[in-house]
Amino acid sequence: MTDFPRTPPRYSATFTPAVNAEIRRAAATGIYDIRGGGTKRHLPHFDDLLFLGASISRYPLEGYREKCATDVWLGTRFARKPIHLEIPITIAGMSFGALSGPAKEALGRGATAAGTSTTTGDGGMTEEERGHSKTLVYQYLPSRYGMNPDDLRRADAIEVVVGQGAKPGGGGMLLGQKISDRVAQMRNLPKGIDQRSACRHPDWTGPDDLEIKIHELREITDWEKPIYVKVGGARPYYDTALAVKAGADVVVVDGMQGGTAATQDVFIEHVGMPILACIPQAVKALQDLGMHRKVQLIVSGGIRSGADVAKALALGADAVAIGTAALIALGDNDPKWEEEYQKLGTTADAYDDWHEGRDPAGITTQDPELYSRFDPILGGRRLKNYLKVMTLEAQTIARACGKSHLHNLEPEDLVSLTIEAAAMAGVPLAGTNWIPGRNGGW
Amino acid sequence: MQTFDLEREGLRALNSSLHALKGQTNMTAWEVINPRGAHAIAAGVDAPVDITVRGSTGYYCAGMNKQATIRIKGSAGPGVAENMMSGTVIIDGDASQYAGATGRGGLLVIKGNASSRCGISMKGIDIVVHGNIGHMSAFMAQSGNLVVLGDAGEALGDSLYEARIFVRGKVKSLGADCIEKEMRPEHIALLADLLKRGEADGKARPEEFRRYGSARKLYNFNIDNASSY
Repeated sequence: MTDFPRTPPRYSATFTPAVNAEIRRAAATGIYDIRGGGTKRHLPHFDDLLFLGASISRYPLEGYREKCATDVWLGTRFARKPIHLEIPITIAGMSFGALSGPAKEALGRGATAAGTSTTTGDGGMTEEERGHSKTLVYQYLPSRYGMNPDDLRRADAIEVVVGQGAKPGGGGMLLGQKISDRVAQMRNLPKGIDQRSACRHPDWTGPDDLEIKIHELREITDWEKPIYVKVGGARPYYDTALAVKAGADVVVVDGMQGGTAATQDVFIEHVGMPILACIPQAVKALQDLGMHRKVQLIVSGGIRSGADVAKALALGADAVAIGTAALIALGDNDPKWEEEYQKLGTTADAYDDWHEGRDPAGITTQDPELYSRFDPILGGRRLKNYLKVMTLEAQTIARACGKSHLHNLEPEDLVSLTIEAAAMAGVPLAGTNWIPGRNGGW
Repeated sequence: MQTFDLEREGLRALNSSLHALKGQTNMTAWEVINPRGAHAIAAGVDAPVDITVRGSTGYYCAGMNKQATIRIKGSAGPGVAENMMSGTVIIDGDASQYAGATGRGGLLVIKGNASSRCGISMKGIDIVVHGNIGHMSAFMAQSGNLVVLGDAGEALGDSLYEARIFVRGKVKSLGADCIEKEMRPEHIALLADLLKRGEADGKARPEEFRRYGSARKLYNFNIDNASSY
């Protein structure tokens, strides 16, 4: 019998080992996969954009001699006390409950040292974060856990959360393992139950109601506080326009790379749009209304470096927010805990079962043994360092483009490496003047 | 008595004056005339004062109230006494949607009917409704007491946590995880007190009510309960 070569094993591009593993997991457990973080799929992103830098037609600024300012005002439309930040990189909303108390403290310490703001989350305001945050944004969420007028008044700004990028149209989720006595008390829920926050606000529906709700919040706080409206990256043009119509001082648009403490993997990976696709639409809405730079735009979702910051600002944002990157700066997913990650069936840089509350780094947990590992002073210093590096990186790029302020960056400073990114970001494909869908080009 | 003409002096001036009443004050009696359905009347008050609104109000009257007793001599728009912390709000007429939403304390009395989602996500407030309540009332209600002398609409107490619901009339349907529970002596005593404080003790007796609460079957996710969600 002739020994013919056999066909080598060939994996399906549709039924990959990872897909098959998920089918088997679902069949064995009867529950969808829940995890933390944002989308893990490959998406058009800031990496697909490049800056052109200066040339004969534009001259650069000296890197260490000529000033490139970084400050930003937020809430100048209506608030009597708008916020002035030294850098345009803010810390996104993350709840006490999802994060440990020391982690919230570290976020406050780091943000304050770097001259920026931090944000509460779905669970109310803790003393750790208020005490250590010079500028604290108070999230006003559908669940209203821990919501009270005293905290509203001692916040520096209010963020009405309509949605978030990881799950536009979905509510929060905090599973029983993380409902400690303190979390249960703050949220007025029995200890140990799975807590699923509402996805809609309980006392308003639609943009007309939102306008009245914002008016109420302004009345209660005597028109002092900037009011942000945060939306997930779903329909950024219309959501931005409606938020402006409803009276927002600041619009926050969160792309699908933005993280969550916990939700269904299918939600994270299949609902929403990448931030690159959201920014130009949100900016266009502001421009069409004559409100660009009058109502400020904060964007978030996958911001990792000063280059990302510079690109977001060049596309027209006033500031960015970081969440996942801030946690990594604190020590989340650090390889030094690899042995423990292995015991949890995962590895450093891939750990995302934050909802289980067993975070070896002590950040996404309510377990005292685990969170006592985390040093909030050191964590705060690390976050400050990271924010400073991002700022220096963004300044480096801005100076190379001849800009004396980060906000002077503009779409004309950018080109795209891919057709997809060119279409989404509205900047030409590198080496051409072609913006797909916008002009004839070549 | 401080009389405030809302039409003439404006909402900002009213709320600003009321917010200035921090701590002890001898200006404890306020009357608001010409409310004309304005929104956010007496929102965010934090003082032990009596405020009487002579007419009907728009959205969020008495929102986030602390300490104050606020009487509405008319009907109230959506979200009356939303997120109330303490104090008392008494409405002579009807209340629109989301009355007492997310309220964390205090007492809300509605002498007429309440529309849908009365007591939605309530977190400790007591609500006494002399008339009927609309659909999806006490949705995701966490704690506190909702007392209804009349009937309740569809899906009462859907996804209820630990709030207690007492209904004297008919319940059109119960929401997911909401069940009827036994009325024990402590509930009769609690209800008697609520009826008295809710100015309804002459209208109904505690024994005429049925009690509803959470079956607690949805507290931790189980795939076999998925069809209940």
